[in-house]
Amino acid sequence: MSDKVRNLQELRNLRDELKGRLLLREKSKAPEKLVQIKVSMATCGIASGARETMSYLIEELDQQGVDAIVTQTGCMGYCYAEPTIEVTLPGEKPVVFGHVDTVKAAEIIEKYIKKGELVDGIIPDTYNTIDNK
Amino acid sequence: MNIIKLIIDDKPVVVEQGTTILEAAKSIGIKIPSLCYMKMDDLNFENKPGGCRVCVIEVEGRRNLAPACKTECTEGMVVKTHTVRVINARRTVVELILSDHPAECLTCAKSGECELQELAQNLGIREIHYTGEQSHYKGDQSPAIIREMDKCIMCRRCETICNEVQTVGVLSAVNRGFESVVAPAFEMDLDHSVCTYCGQCVAVCPTGALTERDYTWKVIEALVDPQKTVVVQTAPAVRAALGEAFGMEPGTLVTGKMVSALKKLGFDYVFDTDFAADLTIMEEGTEFLDRLTRYLDGDKSVKLPILTSCCPAWVKFFEHQFPEMIDIPSTAKSPQQMFGAIAKSYFAKKLNKKREDLVVVSVMPCLAKKYECTREEFAINGDADVNVSITTRELARLIRNANIDFASLDDEDFDQPLGESTGAGVIFGTTGGVIEAAVRTAYELHTGKHLEKVEFEELRGMEGLRKATVDFDGMKLNIGIAHGLGNARKLLEDVRAGKSEFHAIEIMACPGGCIGGGGQPYHHGNVDILKKRQKAIYREDAGKAIRKSHENPFIQELYSEFLGRPLSDLSHELLHTHYFNRKKLSEIE
Amino acid sequence: MAKFKYHVLVCGGTGCRASQSETIAANIKRAVAENNLANEVQVIKTGCFGFCEKGPVVKMVPDNTFYVQVTPGDADELVLEHLVKGRKVKRLLYVDPETHTAVSDSKHMDFYKKQLRIALRNCGFIDPENIEEYIARDGYSALGTVLEQYSPEKAIEVVKASGLRGRGGGGFPTGLKWELTRKSKAEQKFVVCNADEGDPGAFMDRSILEGDPHSVLEAMAICGYCIGADKGLIYIRAEYPLAIKRLKIAIEQARKYGFLGNDIFGSGFNFDVTIRYGAGAFVCGEETALIHSMEGKRGEPTVKPPFPAQCGYQGKPTNVNNVETFANIPVIFLKGADWFSNIGTPKSPGTKVFALAGKVNNVGLIEVPMGTTLREVIFDIGGGIKSGKKFKAVQTGGPSGGCLTEKHLDLPIDYETLVANGSMMGSGGMIVMDEDDCMVSVAKFYLDFTVEESCGKCSPCRIGNKRLHELLDKITLGQGEEADLSRLRNLATVIKDTALCGLGQTSPNPVLSTLDNFPEEYEAHVKEGKCPAGQCRALMQYVIDPNLCVGCTLCSRVCPVDAISGSKKTPHFINSMVCIKCGACMEKCKFGAISVQ
Repeated sequence: MSDKVRNLQELRNLRDELKGRLLLREKSKAPEKLVQIKVSMATCGIASGARETMSYLIEELDQQGVDAIVTQTGCMGYCYAEPTIEVTLPGEKPVVFGHVDTVKAAEIIEKYIKKGELVDGIIPDTYNTIDNK
Repeated sequence: MNIIKLIIDDKPVVVEQGTTILEAAKSIGIKIPSLCYMKMDDLNFENKPGGCRVCVIEVEGRRNLAPACKTECTEGMVVKTHTVRVINARRTVVELILSDHPAECLTCAKSGECELQELAQNLGIREIHYTGEQSHYKGDQSPAIIREMDKCIMCRRCETICNEVQTVGVLSAVNRGFESVVAPAFEMDLDHSVCTYCGQCVAVCPTGALTERDYTWKVIEALVDPQKTVVVQTAPAVRAALGEAFGMEPGTLVTGKMVSALKKLGFDYVFDTDFAADLTIMEEGTEFLDRLTRYLDGDKSVKLPILTSCCPAWVKFFEHQFPEMIDIPSTAKSPQQMFGAIAKSYFAKKLNKKREDLVVVSVMPCLAKKYECTREEFAINGDADVNVSITTRELARLIRNANIDFASLDDEDFDQPLGESTGAGVIFGTTGGVIEAAVRTAYELHTGKHLEKVEFEELRGMEGLRKATVDFDGMKLNIGIAHGLGNARKLLEDVRAGKSEFHAIEIMACPGGCIGGGGQPYHHGNVDILKKRQKAIYREDAGKAIRKSHENPFIQELYSEFLGRPLSDLSHELLHTHYFNRKKLSEIE
Repeated sequence: MAKFKYHVLVCGGTGCRASQSETIAANIKRAVAENNLANEVQVIKTGCFGFCEKGPVVKMVPDNTFYVQVTPGDADELVLEHLVKGRKVKRLLYVDPETHTAVSDSKHMDFYKKQLRIALRNCGFIDPENIEEYIARDGYSALGTVLEQYSPEKAIEVVKASGLRGRGGGGFPTGLKWELTRKSKAEQKFVVCNADEGDPGAFMDRSILEGDPHSVLEAMAICGYCIGADKGLIYIRAEYPLAIKRLKIAIEQARKYGFLGNDIFGSGFNFDVTIRYGAGAFVCGEETALIHSMEGKRGEPTVKPPFPAQCGYQGKPTNVNNVETFANIPVIFLKGADWFSNIGTPKSPGTKVFALAGKVNNVGLIEVPMGTTLREVIFDIGGGIKSGKKFKAVQTGGPSGGCLTEKHLDLPIDYETLVANGSMMGSGGMIVMDEDDCMVSVAKFYLDFTVEESCGKCSPCRIGNKRLHELLDKITLGQGEEADLSRLRNLATVIKDTALCGLGQTSPNPVLSTLDNFPEEYEAHVKEGKCPAGQCRALMQYVIDPNLCVGCTLCSRVCPVDAISGSKKTPHFINSMVCIKCGACMEKCKFGAISVQ
């Protein structure tokens, strides 16, 4: 099958291509406007309403004409603040918000995504990753 | 084999690799107490779940105590078997087991034979420091086995023997934690399961959780009823084991004392199942020769090998497990049932009595016989051919009840006509005996020649699966022998697959044959006891004047006066049976 | 695009709030307004920075200046100096205890980030249902590298050199386990992933499988190559539907890309993974019980040896590792064994994921290097105790761990230290208790669980734990006697010493550790008939203070069992023989006349 990766070099090429493609996809339309949102969709998040938050974000951003990619991801670890989402504005560092119900989501769209104003409820990243250690 | 050196209680020990600490300690005279552990090498039975934790010992360098039954010796190991820590742990564990065990020793059927009782006594436990809720499970009274699981200590021996040795698969642990217990699937009663009533679970149970259904009172009721003529038959294996119940050496033959005791108990006629065993040989042997002749003449409809059918647990086993093959076993009834049928027809006629006026009691080494005599096809108008079947253990109880000093009894002889038997009938009691008896007769009937040497050593032994070829004056007969239902299953599977090389197969459900039956005095895991009983059986055979069934004068008289010839119409009616296709699992109500 | 030039982030975590962070925020806002910066500076309250020890914390964005131990009085200076004049307020900067220099930039304050995510590296980053995102983050390159460049022996050497130990609780060296399984000769071998996470409140493995399923598949394939197995099995509890769904998707995708299946990376190595469901019995997390359960047998442990490495699934050599252990494997190959072994402590390298729960502010899933102290986990990452209560104990290691106390807070978390102090690592549950928790009841709670989950095979666990539970029950009901305490201790010690498997051997830990650490609490129950934490109902007594009671009769009217008597306008009286201690009277009393003794 053509999908199969046959050796390590092919994997590396694929990795680079995917990295590029993910960036490209994000930059293809209007890079300065594209917003990336990740919704923590593990069992705990879903139980706290992450699914509603995610659908709301997709619908609302679409209606308001904001160019955004909303994807799901696993547990971010902030159980006390579920549902949690991570918003990356173009050229900015990702920011994590906690307790994002639909009301909070509306506020984030209105203030942070559209105007760049931070809103209460940011969860600072308190961990190191394998990349910077 | 690698040799391992270790130290147990400051004594050096040298053992082969793979030896457990329990075995190593035993070899230098240290008896580590154990409870769930049971091992019978010759029978392929090994139960060591390491569950009871009674045999725990201290191994230097290990954080926790280790079970001696399950821990293999390693080089340089230093073991302590009676430190304060070990003794305290062992006592606490036994107290815990006792705290969840009914304190009914005074009235328990197992009292005096109970391994838990013995253990508690040996450890000198006088107080149980931990008390609390006790487990309660519903009772289960099948025709043969009584399950009183409140007394279960989860040693799992019954489960191991039911699954691994017998491959019947009825018993397994169910539920979790404090509620866990060994039971048939869905905690059904045994009589809804595929249980064969072989009684091996009872034979290995350390406590009173599994016992035989006791019918001694029914026997007493019959004996005191002036309207009834009570006839008793005793199976061959009983005489080789009954003495143990009175403190005699295993392997002591007590035939004469047993007869004497039965007469003292008040039985009107004391007969011998061995007589019926001779009769079985006449019918089964003839059936075999008939099938064999037709087979050799090219009749492809003939089913070979022929399988013996005198073991009721085995019969129930194949009815459940191999229902598509129920036309293969011999149709001959078991000796117990042949005896009942003849007693209530031929003998009743001789007495000028109606069959209902006769009560036939059987003394058997077996629990399945209790079930067998309740099968509907063995009764006429609700009157069973054999009314009550009791075990060797129950007979001992009856004798004690009647204040009979068994050891001081004089020998007496069986009554006639159903008390006369040959050596061939006797050896029915051990694995290989039925087929040897059959060969003795079939040889002479088939070849027309006199058989000089009646002992067929090649058919004897204790291995679970044996095969031998017997020369019928030029014709080679392949004989298979299995005891233990797991071994039987292997032979049956070959037959089903069309791979069987045998012409005839003998199968006994219990390890060792009837001498190891579920109704015998408890062996407590000591296989030597079974071997001694086996030797006794062969001794009895060797001492008999007549050793071939067809030479039994009373058998000959029975045929000439009553039955005509083997496989006659009357023989078919009285001495043969048919089998049923039984489901694997009863419907769950 | 942002119209604010500056953001001032004020920690709104509970720890900092307790030290007036609200007032600090208000004061900064006021100062910003006074300096006419309201259009340029936005003041935001955030979640916990994880530096509660030095709280309250204020962070300036975009220059990432990090101020610690700020007081409300510092607000004006911060605004004036930092925001107006652009000068850092040196006295509020964090001083590195080792170099004694002030550190201003939070980027260089990584040490304040107590967490390090290795096993959780992709959780919350990638879309777990999209293999491309995993590949883009170096996914499957460890497998590719191992298959192309390592012999199985050499790969095992790497795992051994990393010092990785089993994260399921036992802490057995992973590389050694692989080596043992490799050395067992057999036609067929198996790799098993233990995803039967059973500790109440623990969800480390679930989160990894839900957030990063490919890392586990990749590691299993590496393991298969190392030990010589071509079949992998994931034993997962059926109560994890989302994890199962994502695993299934991941397996399909990995097969499509050729990371599972035949001739992986053209190396000739074949490996595939199937999923097996567990019915949720706690004991099936024990590897021998797990194997029996997969074989369709009763899920109960057997005595080891033989180890699964010699005789496991279907009697074949089987390597069983837990989810988190596997999740560490690809990183070890990507970053090197040295990199990994330098994290954590020498005997326990790497990190550990914990499910932090109980009376702590920031409950959550955390991953810290081994050797991090309990204090850092509970107070810095966890943000301290809820509602400002006093810390009493932390229970680690799931239901069969022990309770550690104040005096243990500065102990480094690693396998040996926890065991030496009467608890254990377990799979990573961590439950924090405060002054309101009765330790006898806590022990009873955990025994409840082990009694329920015991498989029933060995007597000490089957009966002994039941008796332990009954003794604890008796004590919490106020019926305990002094002899019960020595009974408890002896029984617990014997169970620990004699039980067959890990579950049984550790189940008395909650009892022993509370007996050791809180003897006075047990004694209060049995000697004085009192529960110091006020949790044991049977030991509580509701009393009416006759000096405060005005005889309004309200209490006697709400009492469901008519235990309160007294006539109007005279002090009432509670008959403790009748009282069921529901507390309704105390709730209703407007005069505070009713109290619990």
